[in-house]
Amino acid sequence: MRHGAAQGEGRYAGLFRRPSFWIIALVIAAFVIAPLIGNDVEMRESLVLAAIYIILASNVNLMLGYAGYVNFGSIVFFGLGGYVCVYLMSAQGWPLAAAALAAGVAVSLLALVFGLGILRLRGAYFALATIGVNEAVQAVVANFNPWGGSAGLYLSPRLFLPLGGAMQALWVIYFLLVAVMGLSLYLSYVIKSSKFGLGLLAIGQNEDAAAVLGVPTPLFKALAYSASAFLPAIAGGLYFFKSAFIQPTDAFDLTLSTEAIVIVMLGGQGTITGPALGAYLYEELRGWLLTSETFSHFQLVVSGALLLVIVLFAPGGLMGWLYGRWPRLRKVLE
Amino acid sequence: MIGILASIIDGVLVGSVYGLAAMGLTLIWGVMDVVNLTHGAMIVAGMFALYLATSALGISPYAALVPIFIGGFLVGIMLYWVAVHRVIGRPPLMSLLSTFSVNLVLIGLGTAVWGTVLFNVPVSLPGISWQRYTFPGTHLLAAALTVVIAGLLYLFLYHTRIGKAVRAVAGNREAAELVGIPTTRVLSLAFALGVALAGVSGMLIGTMFPFTVLSGDTYQLKGFVVTVLGGLGNPTGALLGGIALGLIEGLATPFMPVSWTPVIEFALFVAVLIAFPKGIFALRRS
Amino acid sequence: MKSISLMVAAALVMAMPALAADDNTITIGMTVSQTGALNVEAVAQMQGFELWQDQVNAAGGIKVGDKHYKVHLVSYDDQSQGGRVQQLYTRLIVQDKAQFLFGPYSSGLVGTAAVISEQYGKILLVTGGAEPKTYELGNKYLFQVITSADHYLTGAVDALHSKDPHARLALVYSDDPFSKAVAGAARDQAKEAGFDVVLNEAYPPTQTDFSPIINKIISAKADALMGGGHYADGATMARQLYDQKANLKWVTILVAPDSDKFASLGPSAVGITTPSQWEPQVAYKPDFGPTPAAFTKAFEAKFKVEPDYRAGAAYGGGLILQYALEKAGSLDREKVAAALNATDLTIMLGHIKFATDPQHHGLQIAHEMVLAQWQKKNGKLERQVVWPLNAKTADLIYPLH
Repeated sequence: MRHGAAQGEGRYAGLFRRPSFWIIALVIAAFVIAPLIGNDVEMRESLVLAAIYIILASNVNLMLGYAGYVNFGSIVFFGLGGYVCVYLMSAQGWPLAAAALAAGVAVSLLALVFGLGILRLRGAYFALATIGVNEAVQAVVANFNPWGGSAGLYLSPRLFLPLGGAMQALWVIYFLLVAVMGLSLYLSYVIKSSKFGLGLLAIGQNEDAAAVLGVPTPLFKALAYSASAFLPAIAGGLYFFKSAFIQPTDAFDLTLSTEAIVIVMLGGQGTITGPALGAYLYEELRGWLLTSETFSHFQLVVSGALLLVIVLFAPGGLMGWLYGRWPRLRKVLE
Repeated sequence: MIGILASIIDGVLVGSVYGLAAMGLTLIWGVMDVVNLTHGAMIVAGMFALYLATSALGISPYAALVPIFIGGFLVGIMLYWVAVHRVIGRPPLMSLLSTFSVNLVLIGLGTAVWGTVLFNVPVSLPGISWQRYTFPGTHLLAAALTVVIAGLLYLFLYHTRIGKAVRAVAGNREAAELVGIPTTRVLSLAFALGVALAGVSGMLIGTMFPFTVLSGDTYQLKGFVVTVLGGLGNPTGALLGGIALGLIEGLATPFMPVSWTPVIEFALFVAVLIAFPKGIFALRRS
Repeated sequence: MKSISLMVAAALVMAMPALAADDNTITIGMTVSQTGALNVEAVAQMQGFELWQDQVNAAGGIKVGDKHYKVHLVSYDDQSQGGRVQQLYTRLIVQDKAQFLFGPYSSGLVGTAAVISEQYGKILLVTGGAEPKTYELGNKYLFQVITSADHYLTGAVDALHSKDPHARLALVYSDDPFSKAVAGAARDQAKEAGFDVVLNEAYPPTQTDFSPIINKIISAKADALMGGGHYADGATMARQLYDQKANLKWVTILVAPDSDKFASLGPSAVGITTPSQWEPQVAYKPDFGPTPAAFTKAFEAKFKVEPDYRAGAAYGGGLILQYALEKAGSLDREKVAAALNATDLTIMLGHIKFATDPQHHGLQIAHEMVLAQWQKKNGKLERQVVWPLNAKTADLIYPLH
């Protein structure tokens, strides 16, 4: 059905042959090289936001595009990861890499626990439950004083010193974020090519049939949910460290995760390129709307109208439309 | 002790209005499996309609109730044909996103026109005083009207032909079609009814509290919690669920720091969802 | 030979106006929350800056050394989001070549912007963020023009004390960084003043119904209430206090009553006091710049509305920068920062002085809040300044019930 990995070769050797692998590598290279040319700090800042959107969108796509589960509250991973990382660095003196990694591990383990509970729900119930989880976590954190409670945590610039001072630190954080973005794209890619991914897609098509056919649905769903938490948590740690300030209303802001869903829809759910393309387009659109004289007051209206058109008339998103026109593109841009 | 009792009573009063705010949501969800994410915007629309009616047209607040209901109904019909009709029957994601995008458009327009400025509709009604505590007249009347509306809705659903048609479509759409019920018309009617209820709840909330364009979000979120507590598609359940929520808020406050109330609300929400995956008293049996 | 030198001369002449334009302007950058939750406040702030810019440029520019520089303001919408703030301030510094910066609106955004401004060593004047913690992190070029959160209620506590030193005080406030900082400091000051703090609670910012909390206040037999947080909650609380006949003797609410829209609450608004960074009626006698009355008049002429404290603070921020530039006689950052550090001056906004010790650098230490009270005058609801006594325009009404 999917791949032509010959039986004799190593299971994953075939991955290197497909164009997607190299396209992802190209994207990563572009992100790395572009701002380095001429030390373009401003471009780097825009690319940070683009990278974050790609990370959030790719990971939410694991649940949404593959398994068909809408995680409206996916931002909870990002926010919790941010808190764990910032806390470990400021209160416990951990270095950035260790703190970020710990954040990823902690949050994905927590996601596994939560997931086992809420993944028994289907459809809109699940979607609402994810919102409930996000709101509950936000409310708990707002009352949790070691994490600053509702006042949040401010980071001292001192913490940038081990990275060589603020200016250099921002570059380091950027490259780390690009790495996380690359990993997110590769994660989508690897999962899609694996039996696990096949199982998820089957669940997305018809969960009951998949269960009957032997797909261990509860386990797979929980694994997908947990996997979709790991990289966003690390990204959250990096992002809030960079912002030097974290508070519950920012960390658990549902707007970001809904934007991630919009991006996945825009680009094409269930594909790998979709979230990346969608993030790029969305960010361009927003950036233009924000700085445009006429539209800045109406940018929500424009985003909403655009999404409506896509949902009603082009639910496959941009990739869906492209596949429709050039079916052979399916093999090249997954 | 009396303070606690007062808070409980107040919780029930305000909770019933939460219930009204959720009735439209649960009706639409139960009948056509669509989660209407424009619900919050419709509540805000009701609030602003009240404001315009009282300030620009000089109508007395409660006299605006029926016009707002009718207006909401008409808006609902429009909304159905624009955003909902095409996505019925498709995966729930689609209707979630289509209503969500309409919500973005509406809130975007709202903030562009009114900003996030605060509006208030002063309503003076004598309240009931008891010891040192007072139950504002607006809360009492809003609760009373809610019960009346809930009662009318019940009568409609269970004792009129159209109402029965609505329940039939909710139960099994194909079967209803086969029996000759014009399902599309019924669906659009149910949707419009849900929106009208949202608008009216917004109007009643507007008599009690000041509001901004962004106020709808909070009530929509409460609406979800109430819907889950009360059971999907069950308007009476929504009323009870709303009262339950109001009770929780009223009861928790005297005993613990108020900042813990959302923790309880949402933890309960998630717990109920997990324990009763189809809602506590689901209307649909499938 | 001659033709080449002519061409060179011509080229230079043509290039000159461009050079001159760059040379004689100071670019000041900022972000504004035009969309998102903070948009109302941000617009007022922007208007204050614009008025300052217009007046300065009309007078020929700021005198720095022996040159005159016109002011060029560049601003972008940060959507009330931290991520955008960093991107946009970087753009302002790197692309728009802003030499000085004004802060975004809200303390969280200021903290995030400071990461960028500090690493580039750009002076950033904060007129819209009251959180004191931002200044404890070791900055060098951050300057807070308005009173910091921990002094917001100092005046209110003093005023209450002057009327009833034994009042039972309830502190009920929104669970957000700003309100918590304000209430925390107020609690310490109240205890020091000898008050009995009978209730001290934070409610979630999304609270819709305040009846249970108000019942709690009534149960605690409080005489006075101080708190609130932002618009919707403050206004709702004021209204419900009235609807539920709480009949407190004293009510101070943050932020919400400081807007003209608060009058729409009608009878619920009467008697409510609020701390304000600035009111148009204040009677400061400035050492530099226009009087409060002159500023108000010019603002009304341009924008057809009365300026609120955000506009006043922004305008004041502009004045302070102007003063520092004139004193420094140079655009050099260190000289301007030194001039700011040495500032001890009264302008239409009030008395301005910055903390210079490294632990609190930039914190505003001289400016004080005034206490305004909504009172009925000839049937109309208006804000009057009631405290401090030397700045008042009307007597404080106490008790309210």
